[in-house]
Amino acid sequence: MSNSIIRVEALHKSYVNGSNSLHVLKGIDMDIQRGEMVSIMGSSGSGKSTLLNILGILDNYDAGSYHLDDIHITKMNETKAAQYRNKYIGFVFQSFNLISFKNAMENVALPLYYQKVSRKKRNNVAMEYLERMGLREWAHHLPSELSGGQKQRIAIARALISKPKVILADEPTGALDSQTSMEVMEILKEVNQTGIAIIIVTHENDIANQTQRIIRLRDGVIESNHINHSFKLESVEVN
Amino acid sequence: MLSDTVYVLFNILKMFDYIEEILSTLKKNKLRAVMTGFSVAWGIFMLIILLGSGNGLQNGMEFNFRNIAKNAIQIWPGRTSENFEGLGKGRSVQFTNEDYDLMKRELSGIDDISGRLYLWSDVAITFEKQYANYTVTCVMPEFINIRLMDIVKGRFINHMDIKENRKVIVLSQTIVDMLFKETEPLGEYVKVGGIYFQVVGVLSNPTDKNSKDAILPLSTGQRVFNGANRLSNLALTTTSTTVEANKQIEEEIRGFLAKRHRFSTTDQEAIYVWNTLESFKQAQGVFAGIRMFVWVIGIMTIIAGIVGVSNIMIILVKERTKEIGIRKAIGATPWSVVLLVLSESLFITAVAGLVGMLFGMGILHIASTVLTNVAATNETIRFIFYNPSANFGVAISATVLLVVAGLLAGFIPARKAAGIKPIEALHDE
Ligand SMILES: Nc1ncnc2c1ncn2[C@@H]1O[C@H](COP(=O)(O)OP(=O)(O)O)[C@@H](O)[C@H]1O
Ligand SMILES: [Mg+2]
Repeated sequence: MSNSIIRVEALHKSYVNGSNSLHVLKGIDMDIQRGEMVSIMGSSGSGKSTLLNILGILDNYDAGSYHLDDIHITKMNETKAAQYRNKYIGFVFQSFNLISFKNAMENVALPLYYQKVSRKKRNNVAMEYLERMGLREWAHHLPSELSGGQKQRIAIARALISKPKVILADEPTGALDSQTSMEVMEILKEVNQTGIAIIIVTHENDIANQTQRIIRLRDGVIESNHINHSFKLESVEVN
Repeated sequence: MLSDTVYVLFNILKMFDYIEEILSTLKKNKLRAVMTGFSVAWGIFMLIILLGSGNGLQNGMEFNFRNIAKNAIQIWPGRTSENFEGLGKGRSVQFTNEDYDLMKRELSGIDDISGRLYLWSDVAITFEKQYANYTVTCVMPEFINIRLMDIVKGRFINHMDIKENRKVIVLSQTIVDMLFKETEPLGEYVKVGGIYFQVVGVLSNPTDKNSKDAILPLSTGQRVFNGANRLSNLALTTTSTTVEANKQIEEEIRGFLAKRHRFSTTDQEAIYVWNTLESFKQAQGVFAGIRMFVWVIGIMTIIAGIVGVSNIMIILVKERTKEIGIRKAIGATPWSVVLLVLSESLFITAVAGLVGMLFGMGILHIASTVLTNVAATNETIRFIFYNPSANFGVAISATVLLVVAGLLAGFIPARKAAGIKPIEALHDE
């Protein structure tokens, strides 16, 4: 077992639309360690979401290789992909993507439904996670009755409930004010402390600065990939 | 054993869990689900009502046959309509006791047989000062096994009556009521055409409370009323229960009588044969046809329902693209999405169908109750339309139909749902 949870080599991806082909990822090499917290930055259209979709097995890549937890992820059928996603990956989205007619607890519990966990059990587990997010008393509220920060914390709880190895967050604070963004980042850091790797796509420096490593994308290639020294500093300060 | 039970219980719990998950999404679209289900409910409702009505008509038809054995054959003499072996047409055929004896002896396949002699129409029957005119029929004891009548009191004509030419009579309840008022009829004497007969039995006709039959032993009737050895007609039952075999026996009888009375077997007017089983089966065939027609209409209505459900489900799936995308992102397999949509459409059609079925059955039940009440005062309804009901078999067939309908309706939407790509579904906001 190697120490990397995600290993990407010479990854290429094009979107083909009829006769048009848009080459979005042009040879990405990337190695994320277990338990690492990394941010991916880059201007709009640079291919961040495309990369994250491939890492989340929501989309296929054209060339190169991708290993998740040392498993070579190739073109696979949807059933297999769904099972891998359920087992290894938690998603956090900018727009939360909660199911509107399910209450907070049911939303959090949903991944366990697909693991065939009984309703009683999965609701109990969901309550534990809501407790961790400080949302126990909101368990029976619908998403529409909650603030943005609360919704994102529910989404994080949902991502965590299946005990994934890595959390992929696409601009998780993009729809939140700076105060709430910081709260969400605190939660993500706490989650990271438990050993779960986190990849955050963001274009905010404030956010990126709170991660251990910052990868910058530009026009489908990695422009820079370096350890974030301010993160260490901040940690030292806190200690 | 215990582990089996636990396993079953576990699966039942999971089943509830599963239904709960389906219901949670349907709850959101309650009104639409109801609207959609309506056409299916209507289809099943129509089916049940029409099938029930078909049964009602059939019950009415079959009631007409209750006073005759199902495999009875009756033969009336007629007039020849073809020249035969040098004999001119237009001869009338006359049955005699000889026909009866020979048929009984020579022909196989006959169970019970009786000759029947009608006395000149409307003979006066008198008891003390009461009298009225009725048709008097003279028969053999077996007659009661051919024309089915209930013995209310006493007995029917027996073989001793025939052998000893006893002057006994069996009367319909209606006649008894009119002649005897309060007097006990058994053992009393009534005058028939001026001759005394002792009443030995009281009858009622199962299809007609008002029928007025006065029945004498055949031998007595022939002797007393100058009947010689003549018979008005012949009635018999066969030993077989299929139309084919009965038709076969009928042909043998026709051939036998044709030879004896010297007419052509193709002569349709020399004798008239009423084959009950054939008529019964023909009538039943008509109802089978009606039933088939009803199923076709019902199924077409339900197909319209299926298309409706399918359309709505497609719209629902489209509206739920994002939700389904989310589900897939967090681990829903395509199959689980297919199941989700299929079970929803199944649920809609099943519930709607059940409602339609219950409504239909309810209305049939009410109609049946009303008809029973009407029949208590007015018998004629029984011959036309009675006890309209959809039986268990129909309910089962309808249920199977519903399940198939639900699955069909869900098929296209389910495939659409399974084809949803999470990245595209999650893209828009
Ligand atoms: N499904 C798609 N089909 C075609 N083109 C796409 C699709 N998704 C993204 N793109 C294009 O690929 C490029 C990279 O998109 P994306 O990965 O979303 O960038 P980012 O997330 O960095 O803003 C953009 O030019 C976008 O228009
Ligand atoms: Mg993006």
